[in-house]
Amino acid sequence: MSDVIIQGTNVAHTHDAHGGHHGHEHHEQHFITKYIFSQDHKVIAKQFLITGIIWAIIGALMSVFFRLQLGFPNETFPIMEKFLGEWAKGGKLNPEFYYALVTMHGTILVFFVLTAGLSGTFANLLIPLQIGARDMASPFMNMLSYWFFFLSSIIMFVSLFIQTGPASGGWTTYPPLSALKEASLGSGLGMDLWLVSMALFVVSSLLGGLNYISTILNMRTKGMTMTRMPLTIWALLFTAILGVLSFPVLFSGFVLLIFDRNFGTSFYLSEIFIGGKALPHVGGSAILYQHLFWFLGHPEVYIIMLPGMGMASEVLSNHSRKPIFGYSAMIISMIGITVLAFVVWAHHMFVTGMSPFLGSIFVLLTLLIAVPSAVKVFNWLTTIWKGNIRFTVPMMFAIGFVSLFISGGLTGLFLGNSALDIHLHDTYFVIAHFHIVMGVSAFFGMFAGIYHWFPKMFGRFMNNTLGYIHFFITLAGAYLIFWPMHYEGIAGMPRRYYDYSAWESFKQFESLNSFISIAAVLVFFAQLIFVVNFFVSIFRGRKMTTQNPWGSPTLEWTTPINPGHGNWEGDIPEVHRWPYDYKDDGNGNDFISQTTPLKPGEEAH
Amino acid sequence: MSGFISILLTGLVFVIIYQIAKASEYATILRGEGKINARVNRTMALLLVLFFVLGLYGIWLCHDAMVDKMLPVSASQHGVEYDSMLLVTLTVTGIVFFITQTLLFWFAYRYQSTEKRTSFFFPHNNKLELIWTTVPAIAMAVLVAIGLRNWGKMTGAAPKDATVVEVVGKQFNWIVRYPGKDGVLGKRDFRKINDANNVLGLDWDDKDNKDDIIAQNGELHLVVNKPVSILIGSRDVIHDVGLPHFRMKMDAVPGIVTTMWFTPTITTAKMKEITGNKDFVYEISCDQMCGKGHYSMRGTIIVETQEEYDAWMAKQQAYYAANNAPAAAPAAEGTTAPEQKTDSVKAITMK
Ligand code: HEM
Ligand SMILES: [Cu+2]
Ligand SMILES: [Cu+2]
Repeated sequence: MSDVIIQGTNVAHTHDAHGGHHGHEHHEQHFITKYIFSQDHKVIAKQFLITGIIWAIIGALMSVFFRLQLGFPNETFPIMEKFLGEWAKGGKLNPEFYYALVTMHGTILVFFVLTAGLSGTFANLLIPLQIGARDMASPFMNMLSYWFFFLSSIIMFVSLFIQTGPASGGWTTYPPLSALKEASLGSGLGMDLWLVSMALFVVSSLLGGLNYISTILNMRTKGMTMTRMPLTIWALLFTAILGVLSFPVLFSGFVLLIFDRNFGTSFYLSEIFIGGKALPHVGGSAILYQHLFWFLGHPEVYIIMLPGMGMASEVLSNHSRKPIFGYSAMIISMIGITVLAFVVWAHHMFVTGMSPFLGSIFVLLTLLIAVPSAVKVFNWLTTIWKGNIRFTVPMMFAIGFVSLFISGGLTGLFLGNSALDIHLHDTYFVIAHFHIVMGVSAFFGMFAGIYHWFPKMFGRFMNNTLGYIHFFITLAGAYLIFWPMHYEGIAGMPRRYYDYSAWESFKQFESLNSFISIAAVLVFFAQLIFVVNFFVSIFRGRKMTTQNPWGSPTLEWTTPINPGHGNWEGDIPEVHRWPYDYKDDGNGNDFISQTTPLKPGEEAH
Repeated sequence: MSGFISILLTGLVFVIIYQIAKASEYATILRGEGKINARVNRTMALLLVLFFVLGLYGIWLCHDAMVDKMLPVSASQHGVEYDSMLLVTLTVTGIVFFITQTLLFWFAYRYQSTEKRTSFFFPHNNKLELIWTTVPAIAMAVLVAIGLRNWGKMTGAAPKDATVVEVVGKQFNWIVRYPGKDGVLGKRDFRKINDANNVLGLDWDDKDNKDDIIAQNGELHLVVNKPVSILIGSRDVIHDVGLPHFRMKMDAVPGIVTTMWFTPTITTAKMKEITGNKDFVYEISCDQMCGKGHYSMRGTIIVETQEEYDAWMAKQQAYYAANNAPAAAPAAEGTTAPEQKTDSVKAITMK
């Protein structure tokens, strides 16, 4: 790794916005400052990614455990006792811990993997590289963002090992269940740790988000107008905006919950008799929490989705050797999604007793948000139409992303229509919907990104054959697991049940549940192929020999193969054209780099 | 031991897969570091199409196996409308699903990279984009219109002649309260709850409570073809009254009263015939995570004819009488019920 030294003077004359930039080390860095407390956005990206991968393994392993319970409620699995100890005495999960596992699984995957692991990785990696900046606006805040996430991770991890077990009220942690220690074991210390961890998580996310926004707005290189930014950057910008505006609301919700739990306030509590006595609280509203939660909760699903959308756009276009279709339409629909994402939250609350009239308004707004989503799908389809498609591993995942986004998005139309949701709410239909659209599809966006930018991160390629195997098992497996769940949901089968065998209305799915569980276990092992591939390739992967292996017009591929802190040796590049100029450059290339000046008489796209 | 062996085997499988992968990687390098190997490209395009075709077949298989288990016969009036709306939505989304997925996989296959192909530079087209903004918008408008019409109907006010009952959730069972002879549910106060003799905290100063009947086994009796209006409450955490056969669902939230109403149209006995399942029973499932016993929070509904219902009701005893009668001191208002026939009969005899 060349640890290139960048002179401040090079920066100064390139562009005003970079005049104030600093922080380039002029000496050999110590291991600790280089890899641990690093302020280099690329290193921080890797830290987020690797932490995310570790969390993903833990979260997925949890799903294996509870899927075993669901698929085989009458069997015992001694191996579980090895992992979980007394929580799975005799190889059978205890219900209390089943709920703890489900809760942790949701929290970990939604927040730690698909928010921090995804945005944290790619916002950090791509924003400076693709807009032509040497680092983030505040590398120090950026580093703090990671370390707050780390601290939050540690606390969440510790909560797995305490005696009363981790939080177990679902990843949405609705009070009063989550507020009262009497209501469930997990609402004891586990819940306190959960709240502290999540509060730190919000801090991390805000530090990161503010940084991403100010970097994108202020630190673009010369010529990089907003409309010359790759869609990844647009997507990451909107992701950050969503987070910055909605996480504080979640935070306030958590603070009130902490107060109710520990200081005797009654924000969410009213008229409760539990543990053999009537509690003194009156006048609070349990529904208030749900409003605060979903005010983040819905934007959150787009926080998870948008980076994947951006990366899929980039990858589809690049590997089809064809510009993204409808660049401005893509941006406008992302604006639409961002704005509408703030006004649809109550579609998670149609049956909470909310006024039906209010419900109607949220129906309208919810189905409205489907329009920009549809536009994006059609634009992706047109992007690959008449392309010259190279089925590289990232491309495979991007195609899978589109397929899954269609499948999962369509079921949103059922759930968003309150008259249908009244039967489907909190059933397996919802599980199927959000796992396909945001679980798997977002993961596919992330995988596309990882396989595509791995060479930029590590100077080596991941193994293709393993990549293809990983892709097909995961795609087929995802459909095998989640498609049949729609049927269970339409039958009304509730989610978050430990055992269905006592239910006359739902026990017909016993064999289907076993089938789903087997598929889930296989898919879990297929993910280990990825993990092995990832870590081994960091050290042993095929080395990158050219700067721009995918033939991409964007700036990150104009940096050296192993860029040091500061990204470009010498001047930062100047941009002359939009990022999707996939046309003959006259030298036998089928793309023109953003740094190439327009030819005389050539129009900007 | 078996655990150790399986871990060993898994490890071995990984090593083998990795070796194969490595070998093929070297082969690629030897063949020349082309952008992407032409043969691999063809194979992948083919595999994607194969996946799509198999996928469609799989969907068909799944549907075939599951369709009978999926949506139970609707046992309420609005349930019928629900089912037709579900069908419309399924059809619309089904068509969109099929078209878009077909295009995706077809384009992928059709436009796979070859030596000769160059891509078509096609950055935008306003007309196309306008079309596919408006068409989904119109489709959404139609779905919203159908939805809001049904939503208005099912959440509107219950008919005047609807029976009133109360269903209250607690960890982890349902408590049902009937208003008794007077048709009025008396006041409750959570401070008066006592698991021994006042599970719902009925206020004994409210005379409307005296004839109320409470079923602690979570069994709700309803009369067929008679609208019922259910008041829903919770004693502790949030629960949810889920009625899959009636296509209804409503949260039970401590501190507030929520409501739902519907008209059951099929008796339990009839449903046993329809489903061919002699154990059939309408179930109330708790649909909101409420703690470790959430999955076992089950109630039942017996839909019967008016006569059956009356006969059953005649056997019920007022909760007040059953729990307070001996000590019930100032019985001034309570006793003056001359023509008590059904629910309060026992109350009188016990005095
Ligand atoms: C076409 C657009 C979409 C519509 C109309 C839609 C609608 C809905 C509705 C109404 C619900 C609540 C269902 C219920 O609880 O009864 C829901 C749940 C959910 N949706 Fe979507 N959705 C859409 C797209 C998405 C996307 C893009 C994501 C993810 C990135 C997503 C993630 C989720 C999640 C996580 C839940 C479950 C939350 C929970 O209760 O735990 N949805 N969706
Ligand atoms: Cu939502
Ligand atoms: Cu419950």
